[in-house]
Amino acid sequence: MSHLSSPLVPALAGAGAAADPAVTHAPVAPPAVTHSAVADPDVRPRRRALPVWWTGVLAASAWALFGLLTWRLPNVELGFNEWTFTTELGVAALLLAATLLWLAATLPALAGVWARAARVQAGLRHASPWLTVLPLLLAAWELLTAKLAWLPAPFFAPPQSLIEVYSSDYARLIECAGHSLLLLSTGVAVGALAGFLTGVWIGWSRSAGYWIHPVLRFLGPIPSTALLPMAFFLAPSSWSAAAFLIALATGFPVTVLTWSGVASVNKQYYDVARTLGASAWFLVWRVAVPAALPQVFVGLFMGLGASFSVLVAAEMMGVKAGLGWYLTWAQGWASYTNMFAALFVMAALFSGVITALFAVRDRALAWQKGTLQW
Amino acid sequence: MVSTTLARPAATPAGAQITVEGVSHAFDRPQGGPLPVLDDIHIDIQPGEFVALLGPSGCGKSSLLRLVAGLEAAGAGSIRQDGHPILQPDPSRVVVFQDPTLYPWRTVWQNVALGLQARGELARKRDRVDQALARVGLSEFAQSYPHQLSGGMAQRAALARALVNDPGLLILDEPLGKLDSLTRLAMQTELVALWQRAGLSVLMVTHDVEEALFMAQRVLVMGPRPARVIAELVVDRPYPRHRGDEALATLRRDALRHLGLDASW
Repeated sequence: MSHLSSPLVPALAGAGAAADPAVTHAPVAPPAVTHSAVADPDVRPRRRALPVWWTGVLAASAWALFGLLTWRLPNVELGFNEWTFTTELGVAALLLAATLLWLAATLPALAGVWARAARVQAGLRHASPWLTVLPLLLAAWELLTAKLAWLPAPFFAPPQSLIEVYSSDYARLIECAGHSLLLLSTGVAVGALAGFLTGVWIGWSRSAGYWIHPVLRFLGPIPSTALLPMAFFLAPSSWSAAAFLIALATGFPVTVLTWSGVASVNKQYYDVARTLGASAWFLVWRVAVPAALPQVFVGLFMGLGASFSVLVAAEMMGVKAGLGWYLTWAQGWASYTNMFAALFVMAALFSGVITALFAVRDRALAWQKGTLQW
Repeated sequence: MVSTTLARPAATPAGAQITVEGVSHAFDRPQGGPLPVLDDIHIDIQPGEFVALLGPSGCGKSSLLRLVAGLEAAGAGSIRQDGHPILQPDPSRVVVFQDPTLYPWRTVWQNVALGLQARGELARKRDRVDQALARVGLSEFAQSYPHQLSGGMAQRAALARALVNDPGLLILDEPLGKLDSLTRLAMQTELVALWQRAGLSVLMVTHDVEEALFMAQRVLVMGPRPARVIAELVVDRPYPRHRGDEALATLRRDALRHLGLDASW
């Protein structure tokens, strides 16, 4: 094993050498070594080889390894029906490997003549360590579940079983994701707007600060989930109760950070604007708010994180729809695979929302580029 | 009053006349009661005159500027502009601070446009912003952000932001205090040229004796806190001045003597 892994190190150097130890003895590893032996065309002056994207070749080998392992290795026999989509997953991985191999061979040559191909290539080069490690992780997962059954079957499912869930239960999952997104966006929009306005108000007005600040200090730290039971019997519907609590969870950090942002604006900014004839309205919206905006975004990120946990808790406890409800429903039927599938949907949804907020921030705070490390 | 100021053609704006009469002022301190900073100050600035206030740091010079700008109300005495009492800030008296205090979220152009935008005049006077930028030599940097400018360029942008409003009085609060010494010398000459072309009145605070004598027509030496005017030096030399001028050297000795620093001369 050790004599095998040492020649692998140079081949994996580009990939961060992060390969899972469980797969270094796998049957397709030697081809990767063969590739690496010729991996440096530039240092060979004699042969002017066509340019090749070598880390792409490495990624293709990893996908081929995962595909072959999934397709050709038999699944462990279990008491119930066979895992479906095993062959399909294996073949799909092999097709992906073939595509990557084709790209690795043609893209560098294309990039020389076509600007768009150059951009695609730059993106793929950046992604290639992940493109290599991801199939290795998938292969480890496949081995531990379907092929070796080291992880017990009903609780842990192989990758292909997720495909089965998505293909059979997609309608319900989409509906649940839609419900979650609607509830989340309603609560977050109301909470962020109210928090922002409150924060500006108490940051600007001394008397508003006097009255609101202590209330905020005292009630703000209560986790919104603690208010769930109360909200469910006070509010007209469990949906509006959940929306209200999500708004509360978002609003608290947004308020506090907007307030501190407005309160910490350089006082000379106001002096400058005042000597130039600015009105109070101008001072608030054209000086205080833009100056506080970086802080407001910190508050939004914190609030969004808090809103996710309130959303899921509310859906698990009282709201009869959404991904949180799906999780408890799947667990109630002991269909753990559905649970994992829903978790992946949730991860995609929430990280998508966060990514969207990052995009908004990058636009709104474009002026910060160069002053801060992003 | 604002509209008449702005209606004047840019080439010949008359400077404002400022009268400071018997002004005393104190800061409120949380502990120890009020701290007197200004004591019975009398200053008269003629239209188009360049007056420098010279004094040790912390003597209250900058407080006086805030009172003249109208950012704070004086504890006692009166301050008048062309005979009218100064009660609040007004774009006819613009301050340039020691820090450029450009808004980092605005481009240089947008920073210079600040005053016009605040008064709702920007749509009609966009070309004034371009002119002001050209006057301080920053036309190429109109679309840059403040963090992309050097210290001297940022201070020139702050100057353009002030000049675009056609002020009658330019209040300079140690405007060159944070610049490196070479940029500082260049900016002194530039500021004098701008003042001569625009014809406005200037009240500048500095603790640099040579700077005050090189730039101003009249230098008021202020004593330690609570500050009062302890001497007036008339610099009756033509512009452009020369730093090696004998008359300036004599005045420099006088100024240092008033400040109690002539032992090292």
